[in-house]
Amino acid sequence: MTFSDYLQFLLSGLTVGSTYGLTALGFTIIFNTTGIVNFAQGEFVMLGGMLGVFFLSGLGLPLPLALLLAVLATLLIGALMERLTIRPVQDAPVINLVIVTIGVSILVRGIVQIVLGKDTHALPPFTGSAPVSIAGAAVQPQSLWVLCITCGLLLLLRHFFSRTLWGKAMLACAFDRKAAFLAGIGVRRMVLLSFMISAAVGATGGVILAPLTMTSYDVGIMLGLKGFAAAVLGGLGNPFGAALGGLILGVLESFAAGLLSSAYKDAFTFVILLLLLFCKPSGLFGRRGFERV
Amino acid sequence: MKRVSLLLSLCLVLAAAACAAAAEPIKIGAVFSVTGPASFLGEPERNTAQMVVDEMNAAGGLLGRPVELVVYDDETDVNKAVLAVDKLLKKDGVVAVIGPTTSGNTLAVMGKFAKAEVPLISCSAAEKITSPVDPWVFKVAPSDRHAVEKLLDLAKARGQKRLAIITVSDGFGQAGREVLKELIPAKGFELTADEIYGPKDTDMTAQLTKIKAQNPDAVICWGTNPGPAVIARGRLQLGLTMPLYMSHGVASKKFIELAGDAAEGLVLPAGRLIVAEQVAASHPQKKVLMTYTADYQARFKQPVSTFGGHAYDSLWLIAEAVKLGKSAKPADIRASLEKVTAFQGTAGEFNFTAQDHNGLSKDAFELVVIEKGDWKILQ
Repeated sequence: MTFSDYLQFLLSGLTVGSTYGLTALGFTIIFNTTGIVNFAQGEFVMLGGMLGVFFLSGLGLPLPLALLLAVLATLLIGALMERLTIRPVQDAPVINLVIVTIGVSILVRGIVQIVLGKDTHALPPFTGSAPVSIAGAAVQPQSLWVLCITCGLLLLLRHFFSRTLWGKAMLACAFDRKAAFLAGIGVRRMVLLSFMISAAVGATGGVILAPLTMTSYDVGIMLGLKGFAAAVLGGLGNPFGAALGGLILGVLESFAAGLLSSAYKDAFTFVILLLLLFCKPSGLFGRRGFERV
Repeated sequence: MKRVSLLLSLCLVLAAAACAAAAEPIKIGAVFSVTGPASFLGEPERNTAQMVVDEMNAAGGLLGRPVELVVYDDETDVNKAVLAVDKLLKKDGVVAVIGPTTSGNTLAVMGKFAKAEVPLISCSAAEKITSPVDPWVFKVAPSDRHAVEKLLDLAKARGQKRLAIITVSDGFGQAGREVLKELIPAKGFELTADEIYGPKDTDMTAQLTKIKAQNPDAVICWGTNPGPAVIARGRLQLGLTMPLYMSHGVASKKFIELAGDAAEGLVLPAGRLIVAEQVAASHPQKKVLMTYTADYQARFKQPVSTFGGHAYDSLWLIAEAVKLGKSAKPADIRASLEKVTAFQGTAGEFNFTAQDHNGLSKDAFELVVIEKGDWKILQ
C-alpha cells in the first residue's frame, strides 16, 4: 500500500460519506422542528434522482432545468406529505408520526416503481467523466461537485438556523411547541417549512449523486438507513454533526474495505457506531441530556 | 318461438357438456417474482408464460386438452413462495410447476415436490438445485460453472495466469464466487485477489485500488446491475489497464446504458438470446431464438430478456414431455422429461438424463464483447 492508495481510500470514502451526510442533514432539519425522525428522508433523495432522470430523458429537458425542476417537485412533495399525512394527526405522540413517515416512504416507493419503472438509471455527470488525479489518487469530477455542494448546503443551513429569524423560530418549535406558539411563532407553518427544506436538501443530494451512484426506485431504503446512522453518529439535531457523521461513516467504510476485508466493511462500521453509542449515547457532537418534549 | 328457444338452449347445454367432457384443462402452476426486488426477472417470465400458454391453446392445446396456467406472485419473498407452492400442489392440483424466479426461493420450496410427486422446472440458476439430483426437480437456467469455464478457457487462450475476482455479496455473486474459487486453482490459474462488495454499494474504488496493487493479468466481476456498471466506471477512473471480464448476470442492454463508455471492450459469457440476430442461420437454436424474440416484442413492446426465455423453455419442455409420454399425469411428465434430448431452447440445447437435470453444457454460452454500445459475438 502506498500513500496514493490511502489517499484513494480517503477520497472515495469522502464521496460516499457525503451521500450519507446529505441524507443525515435532512433528518436533522425535520427533527429539529418537530422531534420526528422522518424515515421518508431516503425517499426524498430517491425522488430527486428519479425525477431528474424523468425530466431529462422522459421529457427531454436540458440538464440544469431538469435538475432544478426535480428539486422543486420534491420540495412540493415534501409539503404535500406534511399537509396530507403529518398535519391531520399532529397531536398524536411522536412515535405515531414516525410510523406515519415509514408508511409514506413505502407509498412513495410503490408509486415511483409503478409510474417510473423498476430499472436503474444514471444521470450524465455535470462536467465530463475524465478522472482528475490528485497526488496519484484518481477522482471523478462529479465527486468534487458533490463535496463542494454538500459543504455549500451545510454552510447555508448553518447560517439559516443560527442567524435568521425563521431558522431560530424553527428551533424554538422543537424545544417547546407550546412556548413557541405563545411567543407568536406560527408553529404549523414552521413544520411545513421544515418538511419543504428537508425535501429540497434530500432532492439536491439525489440529483448531484445520481451521476456517480445511479438511482432506482429503491435506493432510498439503504440511504435512509445509513443517513440515519450518520445522524445518530454525529448527534441527532446538529446539522454540522450530521454531515460530519456521514463523512466519518463513509471514510470508515472505505478504509475497512481497503485495509481489512471488503466482505465485512458494513459490519466494521456498525460495530464502531455501536461502541460509540455505548460510550457517548448523545453522539459525537450532540449535547448531553438534550431533552425532547 | 318457444320451441326454437327450447331447442337452442338444449343445444347450448349439450355443447357445454361436450366441451367439459372432451377437454378438461391441463393445469400448469407457476410461481414468479412479478413484484419486489427481483421483478425485473419475474415480470418477463410471467409475460412469457402467459404468451406460451396462449400459443399452445391456439394450436389446439396438449393431447387435445386446453392448457391452463395458474400463476402466483411471490413478491420476491421466500415465505410467499412457500405458500404459493403449497396452494398449487394441494388446492389447484397442477400437473407440473415452473419457477420460482430466484435461487433462494427455489431452494426453499424444492423439497415439497418429491412428497407431492409433481415435477418442478426451476427458472433460477443456483447449482445446488440440480446437484445432487432430486428426481422431481429440473432447471433450465444455465449453471455458473459453465459460464466460468467459458471465461477461463478464454483467459487460458490469451495467456493470462494471475486472476483477481470481485463478487457481489448476494446469492448470485456468492454462488459465482464459490465456483470461481474452485475452478481458478483447478485450471492452473493463480487467484491474486478476492474482493467483495454489497448489492447496494455505490463506490467500489477501495476494492479496485486493492486489486490494482496486486496487478493481476485480468479481473473477473460477478454480479447483477447496477454494481458491475459502477465497477466498470471505477476501472476507467483508476486507470486499470488489465482486461475486465463480466458474468452473464449483466447480459442486458441496461448494463451498457448504465456503464456507458466504460462498457466498451468488456467481454462476458451470455446466452445466445441477446445476440439472436448474429447467430449463424445454420445454428440449431436460430429458429427458436428468432421466434421467441419476434413474438415477445410484438406482444409486449419490450426487448426480450434471458429470464423470460427460461419461462419459455420450461413450458415448451413440459409440452415436449407430455407429447413424448402421451400423458399429462405428473409422474409421467417427470419420467418423460428425463428422456428429452436435443431439445432446442432459448438457453441452449437440453439433454436431460436421470443424472443431469439441467441438461445444458458450457456450449449454452457464447462469449460476447461490447462494441459501440452493442453486443458482438467474440470470434
